[in-house]
Amino acid sequence: MKRQVVITGLGAVTPLGVGAPALHERWASGECGIVDGAGVCTAFEPNEFLSVKEARRLDRFSQLALVAAGEALGQAGWLEELPYDPFRAACLVATGIGGLETVENQHDVMRDRGGKMVSPLGIPQYMPNAGAAAIAMKFGLRGQSYGIVSACASGAHAIGLATRMIQYADADAVVVGGSEATLTEFGFSSFAAMQALSATGISRPFDLRRDGFVMGEGAGMLVLEAAECARARGAAILGEVAGYGSTSDAYHLTAPEPSGTPAARAIELALEDAGVTPADVAYVNAHGTSTQLNDAAETAALKRALGDARARRIPVSSTKSAIGHLLGAAGAVEAVATVQTLSTRIIPPTLGYEVPDPELDLDYVPGEARPLIVNGHPPVAISNSFAFGGHNVALVLRGAPA
Amino acid sequence: MATVTADQVETRVVETLASFGPDASQITRESSFEELDIDSLDLVELAQVVEDEYGVVLKGEDMKELKTVGDAVDMIVSRAG
Repeated sequence: MKRQVVITGLGAVTPLGVGAPALHERWASGECGIVDGAGVCTAFEPNEFLSVKEARRLDRFSQLALVAAGEALGQAGWLEELPYDPFRAACLVATGIGGLETVENQHDVMRDRGGKMVSPLGIPQYMPNAGAAAIAMKFGLRGQSYGIVSACASGAHAIGLATRMIQYADADAVVVGGSEATLTEFGFSSFAAMQALSATGISRPFDLRRDGFVMGEGAGMLVLEAAECARARGAAILGEVAGYGSTSDAYHLTAPEPSGTPAARAIELALEDAGVTPADVAYVNAHGTSTQLNDAAETAALKRALGDARARRIPVSSTKSAIGHLLGAAGAVEAVATVQTLSTRIIPPTLGYEVPDPELDLDYVPGEARPLIVNGHPPVAISNSFAFGGHNVALVLRGAPA
Repeated sequence: MATVTADQVETRVVETLASFGPDASQITRESSFEELDIDSLDLVELAQVVEDEYGVVLKGEDMKELKTVGDAVDMIVSRAG
């Protein structure tokens, strides 16, 4: 019998604002955080949330993670006092790339002023595990901690691994999520060179006119706890990580396997892990990047995993329509949004979806938010994440009982 | 190099340390790096500034000897002379 893994805290810094509530509320009300073709966390001013010392020792990706973690831990009631033996509390933070801005700045320093002037804070800022290190240090978490890297599936992989860690009793609680801050000239140039970015600067997943993703930045963090431990301490339970499935395409460096077979297998594994069937699924939070290839392959994968008829009846929406693609943070931020959807029973729409693609025929929640249909039991949702490199992850999340 | 005064060096050192986190008003010659929460990484950054401005090279073993702001200022002034 696997230990049940519950969610007791959510935190997010996204282009829709600082704080998890802004993410779901603003997205559901139809607000889009994308401006001039980028999802920037404009409301995030590091010095408002961090000391001078913290801020200057952390790359932006770790700053975002630390602030989101603080919010999640506050909600879980951990800030006054750690409710666990510190060695039983772990920390996993995903990122696609790490401290890109620091790499670029220090590389400039080396070119302009010589190698001897490169900052001793360079490596500790840009190492991809820096977010996990910063959170573990600030909040005194002494269980295992490390970074997780699988491009755009990183955040979801982190949540899956954290779940296994608790189920296997390697930890009683895990502070887990993902963070990304690659909105630099080099970041834009690199993704643009792949022809992955939208030329129009519009994120409209599943729409016929979709022409690439819009890059965004931000962080999402969750507090996961073994259900027995959370209940014993009287914590408010926001939801549950019920299932995790992961596969690889083994197909192409960047393009998804077009039939969606490997991605479908990840979804099937997650449903099986959760002990639920397609009939139980009330909502899908899609990876939905707004690229031609992803949105087609994901639609194929959902039909394959859920059955054609059932897939057409489940509402599918993409958070990326409101904030862009947060890369290594996407899976975590979207898991936060999915939990919020399950708790509020409000499904936010796929913004900008107006012209259906005749090839893509699921219910992509056009127009405006709609109520989540709940049939007596706590509702279940799928959150998908697929990555360059062919990494596929599906999470099955369950809402808290009403 | 033109001679630098202890006051000039002290001002520059305090300014640099303040940019690392501690409040400038807390930093005196007598302040220890420990109480200012200045660690080995901060001292390497301070050494880079000092080398850039005064041409004084402070190595790891030099830094280990330094306990207070005054220690650092004195070492820089003596070597810049």
